[in-house]
Amino acid sequence: MATYLIRRLLIAIPSLLGISLILFTVLAMAPGDPFSEMATNPNVPPEVREAIRASFGLNDPILVRYLRWLGAMAQGNWGFSFASRIDVDDLILQRVPTTLFVVGTSQILALCIALPVGIYAATRPYSIFDQIANTLAFVGFSLPTFFTGLLFILIFSVTLDWFPFVYRADIAATGWRWYWEMFRQAIMPITVLGLFQAASYTRYVRSAVLDVIRLDYVTTARAKGLNERTVTLRHITRNALIPVVTLVALQMPAVFGGAIVTEQIFRIPGIGSLLISAILANDTPVIMGVTFVFSCLVVLFNLIADLLYGWLDPRISFG
Amino acid sequence: MNEQEIRGMVADVKEGTMSRRSFIQRMAAVGIAAPIASQILVWNDVAMADATLEYKPTKAGGGGPLKMLLWQAPTLLNPHFASGTKDQIASRIFFEPLAGWDKEGNLIPQLAAEVPSKANGGLSADGKEVTWKLKPGVKWHDGKPFTADDVVFTWEYAADPATAAYTTGAYKDIKVEKVNDLTVKVIFKEATPFWADAFVGVTGQILPKHHFGEYKGAKSREAPANLKPVGTGPYKFTDFKPGDLLTGVRNEDYHVKNQPQFDTLEVKGGGDAVSAARAVLQTGEYDYAWNLQVEDDVLKRMETGGRGKVSAVPSGDIEFIILNPTDPWTEVDGERSSVKTKHPTLSDPKVREAINLLIDRDSVQKFIYGRGGTATASFVNEPKQFKSTKLKYEFNIDKANKILDDAGYKKGADGIREKDGKKLKYVYQTSINAPRQKTQAIIKQACQKAGIDLELKSVTATVFFSSDVANPDTYTKLYVDMEMYTTTQPQPDPERFLNQFVSWEIATKENKWLGRNVSRYSDPAADEAYKAAQKELDPVKRAALLIKVNEIFCEANIILPLLSRTRVAAALNNLSHDHSGWDVDTWNLAAWYRS
Repeated sequence: MATYLIRRLLIAIPSLLGISLILFTVLAMAPGDPFSEMATNPNVPPEVREAIRASFGLNDPILVRYLRWLGAMAQGNWGFSFASRIDVDDLILQRVPTTLFVVGTSQILALCIALPVGIYAATRPYSIFDQIANTLAFVGFSLPTFFTGLLFILIFSVTLDWFPFVYRADIAATGWRWYWEMFRQAIMPITVLGLFQAASYTRYVRSAVLDVIRLDYVTTARAKGLNERTVTLRHITRNALIPVVTLVALQMPAVFGGAIVTEQIFRIPGIGSLLISAILANDTPVIMGVTFVFSCLVVLFNLIADLLYGWLDPRISFG
Repeated sequence: MNEQEIRGMVADVKEGTMSRRSFIQRMAAVGIAAPIASQILVWNDVAMADATLEYKPTKAGGGGPLKMLLWQAPTLLNPHFASGTKDQIASRIFFEPLAGWDKEGNLIPQLAAEVPSKANGGLSADGKEVTWKLKPGVKWHDGKPFTADDVVFTWEYAADPATAAYTTGAYKDIKVEKVNDLTVKVIFKEATPFWADAFVGVTGQILPKHHFGEYKGAKSREAPANLKPVGTGPYKFTDFKPGDLLTGVRNEDYHVKNQPQFDTLEVKGGGDAVSAARAVLQTGEYDYAWNLQVEDDVLKRMETGGRGKVSAVPSGDIEFIILNPTDPWTEVDGERSSVKTKHPTLSDPKVREAINLLIDRDSVQKFIYGRGGTATASFVNEPKQFKSTKLKYEFNIDKANKILDDAGYKKGADGIREKDGKKLKYVYQTSINAPRQKTQAIIKQACQKAGIDLELKSVTATVFFSSDVANPDTYTKLYVDMEMYTTTQPQPDPERFLNQFVSWEIATKENKWLGRNVSRYSDPAADEAYKAAQKELDPVKRAALLIKVNEIFCEANIILPLLSRTRVAAALNNLSHDHSGWDVDTWNLAAWYRS
């Protein structure tokens, strides 16, 4: 186990280096310019623009810039944003709580819906319940979040006037009012994200449970006289969960990464909206910082998923 | 319009036979921005009007929260680093310049006691010195007094190239001296007719020396006050999350009596223009939304809810087409569209004249831009005293056909005209933006009827407006026959704006295509008029010269102006606000109130 862990961590280093190199090169070669806004502004003389570019090191060759970035990164210096001239790590940390709350809650909501619905549907395949659940799941993951998001805004904000559609990270209220305001503004984005996620989870859970439910040991368990509830929860679900755990673990980076489209629609100041505005402004250090955090999370959660297999299914060993 | 005509009009205004406003409009028609028009009037001793909002509340505070929505989120709060309007708007809440521009282009004192003029001795006769008297009793948010030292420091700060301030252009060639605690003198190297640049409007916000003193030059980025502004403005800083939310509270010591009315201020950023308009006009979640580049139809539909209203103010931004007089398809010395080449057909003035007749500006305005623009034939439209009255636009396909027939361009079998084997087939490029693509389609259709074939090309804005030397699709490269975009006129005086019409600014490979003259066209008469305007102190003569530069390019049909853009904002019905196309939306935030 320990050697397996160390081996995996060592393998992660070159892959992260590779990822960062590719990211950096692609960003450096991509068209666009962080100072494009200055280009059409006659108030900024060309020599000033050039001086600013030079002071930010944008005129050096790509490899030099990469090595400089890597060296600084190794010392924990993430660089600063061209747009706000603030350190990148501060910018990211400011956004983490909101993203964790919104996307995390929507994942929990998704699991709370998907697990019972998926399991129940699988234990009664082709029943009315199963058919309805299947249809809804199909509709749910066919509708993109930008569509359902706008639909929710039109129905609940514009027509019914129930919820605000502009999200505020810090609400100027205390006590119960704070919770109430928070609930009111968060319910739409969380539902949009949660339902979308729940739809795909449901299909996954259902098929995983269906695979297990026909196995002999389930019949044995029933033959022992165990009640249906125990059979379903203890014997079927635990074994069926292995693929689901992988799926959820691989979704975790997205929890930190935020939901780019939904965050944009509801103006949620999460990491996704940070990334998209950085991309639009060609703010390379921020894009680099955010995408690098993503890749670290993907590598990390892959490892966690693999380790969880061993815990859920003792037959898998890490020899 | 020549000097005599302008003088005649000024006399009419003096006598009262012509209103200020119509003078300003007439000048706009010849391409002179409103601020310059009003400057002409002041020079001729017609008192400056005050188009700012009438402030009705009788006490400061008690207005509750003011919530603004900027769909591009502010990312920094140092006005001298502000690269985009969003940052300038945000920093203007806390910092103020000596004077700002109202929507008709009048200079309104803010931290100055009065606007310098010949009459009050603020302007020297040789045009080399401007003396500003500062408003007494102004305090920074931390209680320290505002003095001439802060003004002098702001100049030192912005002029230092190591500071990397975006406002450097306004400060690097001047000298600023402290006369006494409440008087500063700005000294120009040469006679400068347009002196209201340093310490005025967007570029002019004054920084407190006691907060930024140690952070001049290379250390500028480290100043804690970059993110925690201490200014003189109507609201004090509370909290800022870059790219998201900015909050402030009322400055109880604000230097204007009974202002501001609102107790707290919140500026939320992010999202897109359409939903920003919706949050004001339809759901009323926010009081004010800015820069609504949204199709007018959409805005009108939202306004029917009756919660809010849309307001548009004129600005100097202009949407126009360039007809390339050089050959974009032949490479000479490593660059296309080189000034050494001539375009096979567009170098013919007749062809250019015909194309100008094929642009249906009225339809473009009516069906695409609505309140977002006013059809125009002049490159400079605002301030009004600089607008050319000589230039008129016309949409006439028959006339265009006749001109082309007369010039010997015959229709071929494919319906496209040609002469000596050279076909009238052009590539017409712009950035990706829905109204622009629609405009392209309207013009293409009309051109087809006249036997001109346009191939439409659109480039992502980030590429189009970049200064990427390696990319062939940037707007300054002009590797196409026709190109359309908007240029912004950041301050009212068109002198710097019109430098895109002088020969020494032509974009070439040599200057890495950073030159401001993208059309590559030049005319010695324009150069001469421009140079004369730079030195001319009499605003009337100067306006006449600048109008000439404008007219030369438009009459040559090299520059085909389409629309003079307006700045569109939405506000709740009960909010009285005051935004200006010559300054940022928050320039007069202190005077906003809710009734």
